[in-house]
Amino acid sequence: MHGIQSLHVLKGPVREKEKREKERSELRDLVGKNLHVLSQIEGVDLDMYKDTVLPRVLEQVVNCKDELAQYYLMDCIIQVFPDEYHLQTLETLLGACPQLQSTVDIKTVLSQLMDRLSNYAASSAEVLPEFLQVEAFTKLSNAIGKVIEAQVDMPAVGAITLYVSLLTFTLRVHPDRLDYVDQVLGACVKKLSGKARLEDGKATKQIVALLSAPLEKYNDIVTALELSNYPRVMDYLDNATNKVMAVVIIQSIMKNNTYISTSDKVEALFELIKGLIKDLDGSPVDELDEEDFKEEQNSVARLIHMLYNDDPEEMLKIICTVRKHILTGGPKRLPFTVPPLIFSALKLVRQLQGQDGDVVGEDVPATPKKIFQLLHQTIEALSSVPAPELALRLYLQCAEAANDCDLEPVAYEFFTQAFILYEEEIADSKAQVTAIHLIIGTLQRMNIFGVENRDTLTHKATGYSAKLLKKPDQCRAVYACSHLFWVDDQDGMKDGERVILCLKRALRIANAAQQMANVTRGSNGPVTLFVEILNKYLYFFEKGNPQIYSAAIQDLVELIKTEMQGDMATPDPSANAFFASSLRYIQFQKQKGGIMGEKYESIKV
Amino acid sequence: MVLVLALGDLHIPHRAPDLPAKFKSMLVPGKIQHIICTGNLCIKEVHDYLKSLCPDMHVTRGEYDEDARYPETKTLTIGQFKLGLCHGHQVIPWGDLDSLAMLQRQLDVDILVTGHTHQFKAYKHEGGVVINPGSATGAYSSITYDVNPSFVLMDIDGLRVVVYVYELIDGEVKVDKIDFKKTATAHSAH
Repeated sequence: MHGIQSLHVLKGPVREKEKREKERSELRDLVGKNLHVLSQIEGVDLDMYKDTVLPRVLEQVVNCKDELAQYYLMDCIIQVFPDEYHLQTLETLLGACPQLQSTVDIKTVLSQLMDRLSNYAASSAEVLPEFLQVEAFTKLSNAIGKVIEAQVDMPAVGAITLYVSLLTFTLRVHPDRLDYVDQVLGACVKKLSGKARLEDGKATKQIVALLSAPLEKYNDIVTALELSNYPRVMDYLDNATNKVMAVVIIQSIMKNNTYISTSDKVEALFELIKGLIKDLDGSPVDELDEEDFKEEQNSVARLIHMLYNDDPEEMLKIICTVRKHILTGGPKRLPFTVPPLIFSALKLVRQLQGQDGDVVGEDVPATPKKIFQLLHQTIEALSSVPAPELALRLYLQCAEAANDCDLEPVAYEFFTQAFILYEEEIADSKAQVTAIHLIIGTLQRMNIFGVENRDTLTHKATGYSAKLLKKPDQCRAVYACSHLFWVDDQDGMKDGERVILCLKRALRIANAAQQMANVTRGSNGPVTLFVEILNKYLYFFEKGNPQIYSAAIQDLVELIKTEMQGDMATPDPSANAFFASSLRYIQFQKQKGGIMGEKYESIKV
Repeated sequence: MVLVLALGDLHIPHRAPDLPAKFKSMLVPGKIQHIICTGNLCIKEVHDYLKSLCPDMHVTRGEYDEDARYPETKTLTIGQFKLGLCHGHQVIPWGDLDSLAMLQRQLDVDILVTGHTHQFKAYKHEGGVVINPGSATGAYSSITYDVNPSFVLMDIDGLRVVVYVYELIDGEVKVDKIDFKKTATAHSAH
């Protein structure tokens, strides 16, 4: 006790500063050692500590009025005496804090105390009831409140650090008390309110720590969503950090494989991550590095797959909620966020398809038809980007799904939209080739169309195929169209005439390509096209198309041989190999015997 | 023994958030000599992840791939086998084995690997083997209902290739295998 009193005397102006410091620290060590010894004495049990030791020590600490000493000694008390003692004397200990010099770094002292108590709580489950019994949370919370109130000039980072410690404490000791957690966040909001968005990097970092703690503890975003003050804290982050936090939230969901299953929770979640969903005021998207932006948006896209409920009505609500939010994202974000929503919706359609939809007497909003309307409107939004190639693909996906739902007009409408995009928006040759093949491939699978609709669409498809820029592309697309007129399953159409018309047209185009090559390059053109067409002849020949005669196949074989051996022929090894393996195939089929062998009998290779 | 991982149609992030965890834990870097990917990854992150498993990676273009520079088809020789790779949306009718056989003849390969239908297939015909590794994420397909995540691992040893197919069914990884032997009188192009 005397040592502490002596410290007070040392503050005299007579001594030089250096010497004073040295003696101070010596005395501090002495006092510290004394305290340590005190803690070891057997006779000092909890009661003695509570009734005698602590009050007396604290009295001296307060009276010495030396800020450095006070800090050191408080720290010493906390480190040296056991945690259970602190718990039982919490009120007394905390009561001393406001009485200390205003310049003492009390927040660090409090943080240390809370960290110790947090660790104590983590050490064994048996001690937890003690925390409840002494109402530790309330006391600490109040103490912190008082300190912050008293130290008006405390910078934001200081206050937030305190709250981080308190939150860590709360999550350890009272993880089930979401109201406590929310309270801590609320106190933080109160401290921050009235101020503008934080510019201080350190403070921001602490807020991120504050917000990350519940995520890490609960491993379940749904719990964090129930904290009403959580979004309010996020609002105080600057835009860039807000987005970082949003990504942390998404990563937590992905890592824990959490599914979010009601539209209300989805709404709350999208509120939290709104910095990623749309431009917040004052931060145009251009500022962000392109790679980072892509990564950000791709994580939103992945998130959309975690929003799911197997009740169709709720799932539809979820889809509508997501749609509402992503449509505020603007042209830069839509190409990332629209596709996952479309596929989510298509999965729902498929689920409803299986249900046959006879829920008697109930108003069932979730029907495939309704969802297709939604899909249509959502894909349309891509025109603002513009993203015609993507939109075309999505329309075709919807067409197929509509086909499977027996909704002919809907399927036709989706094809119409796809064709319009093809006609008006897709000018790039390579893109056209892919697009037309996707159209042909999808159309080939449609079984829902009546004759008229089918004719219109196949006519368009073959027409556009023949109009592709490069002749080889024309040729390939046209022979692909031959499959539009021959569907292999039992009710499928088998129009041998139109198949052969396509193949002959392809042949004409191949011939034209040959002639062009002769004229422009003085050498032979693409023989491989003929080999491809030959293979298509074989395909339909085997399927039993009566319009394909073995003589025609023979002629083709001879034609190819001639082309390959011709004067101006430049050796084309890959075409040769292709032809050789095609001939081998014919040979193989001949040797099969049976019906196939008979078919092939008259073909000589 | 040369291990070749064949997979595709992941459709990340359009149709799936990620590869199944059970697959990820199996796909460890350094164990596979080659990766062939049918396409529709779709983003660079997926490309980089696969590349980290094995630097010798070959990808062909799927219709949703972000990187437009992947080729339409690719051929490569591994040991005694010539492999061909193509996404498959270019071959109409989609999934039709005879049309795929034509592509196989055109590329002049023993093993043709294509995707697009999201349905695992391993089929032997007179010209060779056609493999579809399915969708590694079990992504939605307009063509196939109830897609289970799947990928293929080929063990090429001399004239023999063992095709292991890994499928995630009800949370469990099931493995099946098919043996193919190439006849010694393999045809050469010249």
